[in-house]
Amino acid sequence: MAGTGDGSSDVQWCFSQVKGAIDDEVAEADVISTVEFNHSGELLATGDKGGRVVIFQQEPESKNQPQCRGEYNVYSTFQSHEPEFDYLKSLEIEEKINKIRWLPQKNAAQFLLSTNDKTIKLWKISERDKRPEGYNLKEEDGRYRDFNTVTTLRVPVFMPMDLMVEASPRRVFANAHTYHINSISVNSDCETYLSADDLRINLWNLEINDRSFNIVDIKPANMEELTEVITAAEFHPNQCNTFVYSSSKGTIRLCDMRAAALCDQHTKLFEEPEDPNNRSFFSEIISSISDVKFSHSGRYMMTRDYLSVKVWDLNMETRPVETYQVHDYLRSKLCSLYENDCIFDKFECCWNGNDSVVMTGSYNNFFRMFDRGYRQDVTLEASRENSKPRSVLKPRKVSTGGKRKKDEISVDCLDFNKKILHTAWHPLDNIIAVATTNNLYIFQEKLN
Amino acid sequence: MSGDNEETQTTEETTMDDKETQDKVISPEKAEEAKLKAKYPNIGNKPGGSDLLRKRLTKGQKYFDSGDYNMAKAKIKNKQLPTAAPEKTEITGDHIPTPQDLPQRKPSLVASKLAG
Repeated sequence: MAGTGDGSSDVQWCFSQVKGAIDDEVAEADVISTVEFNHSGELLATGDKGGRVVIFQQEPESKNQPQCRGEYNVYSTFQSHEPEFDYLKSLEIEEKINKIRWLPQKNAAQFLLSTNDKTIKLWKISERDKRPEGYNLKEEDGRYRDFNTVTTLRVPVFMPMDLMVEASPRRVFANAHTYHINSISVNSDCETYLSADDLRINLWNLEINDRSFNIVDIKPANMEELTEVITAAEFHPNQCNTFVYSSSKGTIRLCDMRAAALCDQHTKLFEEPEDPNNRSFFSEIISSISDVKFSHSGRYMMTRDYLSVKVWDLNMETRPVETYQVHDYLRSKLCSLYENDCIFDKFECCWNGNDSVVMTGSYNNFFRMFDRGYRQDVTLEASRENSKPRSVLKPRKVSTGGKRKKDEISVDCLDFNKKILHTAWHPLDNIIAVATTNNLYIFQEKLN
Repeated sequence: MSGDNEETQTTEETTMDDKETQDKVISPEKAEEAKLKAKYPNIGNKPGGSDLLRKRLTKGQKYFDSGDYNMAKAKIKNKQLPTAAPEKTEITGDHIPTPQDLPQRKPSLVASKLAG
């Protein structure tokens, strides 16, 4: 059980696996754009810029190695989206998978939603491990038999075959977004889901793909008056009528669908007051929220802006209850980060299974974990150098002052091209998936 | 993780240093802003500040004008245009990207390397 009494001080993280190519030359298509565990943690899905989805499945724990949780191996891979060109609008539509969200499992098959900038697709992933044999009118290879040669009748039976995993698109939800989709979120009612673009949020029924309800529209009548855009949205984990959306101005709005059909009027507005003395050109840019995630309990939500992670109590709108600095040393680098566009990087964040620890990525392939209870944090690195099986990850440190201790890395030596934007935490165990540009690292808690 | 407490303290010390010297030295953020304004004096002068937002909304926009495209095609057919020295002035119709100039967006036929 994740986090039972153990804070960061007790948990040691070990390298488990790394997926992807080792070459330094990264093809555009191989850039990982989303990572998501399913509800049981048995499956781990990744999406990339090339529009492909790869799903890994955890091997059952072997009796020989009870110390190790199962490894993740490829289960299924398919092309989810393809590049398109909208000739009417002169718009190039990237095939990059922006988000993957799993549906809770209801039968033998698995379902997930994957989306690019414009189109959401529902994929069914099913297993086939039997095939019918012993037809009367067909040979085993499919050729029809001359029925004059049929002298007896037999009943075809299902015989076991090598496992085949098939992915098929069951629904395509298209043409509902003028702007670029940044989020999808499945409702706890398992019947509906929302999709959010820069200015609008739509509500869909999973069964119906030719109709969508618009529930939030922040497009101003005059586009010159545009001041903020929607950056992320998510349904509450338990209350099917509640969802939140974050903005580029650092605010989060909570909406209740029972209040009105169009939720332009928020029920709650979460905003931390800003110190006007500290305002600079960069203030608004770095306050833009790149990700919002409810805690599993539904009591809290977490937001990620450029430099920090904030935990909000849904009962208190005035300020977050916790603020964690991810890489505050970047404050003195904002000028160059603006020039190289890194200031616009969208980092995601995630909770562990029991909401005691939060995690997010940084630069130089570093990622950070903050233990809420023990008030401790750690910086770890995803790199091939630390990839011996079950080797324990050593905490990393960035030196900010003049004196750099041994093993510390100075801010000026950080590689801003090595960014960890996407991380995921297994819903039940201490297993994490961390995506570097084109590699997927899986780390597990050291068990002994 | 013995290093954790040290790290927290370092961050706190840095913040406290900033607060202490704030009267004398401007915050690192403001110093960075000054640097940016020195390099790009006109930045942020436009009202609304929505340039960034509009740039975000129009991501992926490629412009194609069939009239310009056909005129450019006709010009090239008639004569070889002398490759002039790169000039700052652009002539509309000669420089607007045509469908051939757009990078070919073919779907990935190769399987993901994560599955390798």
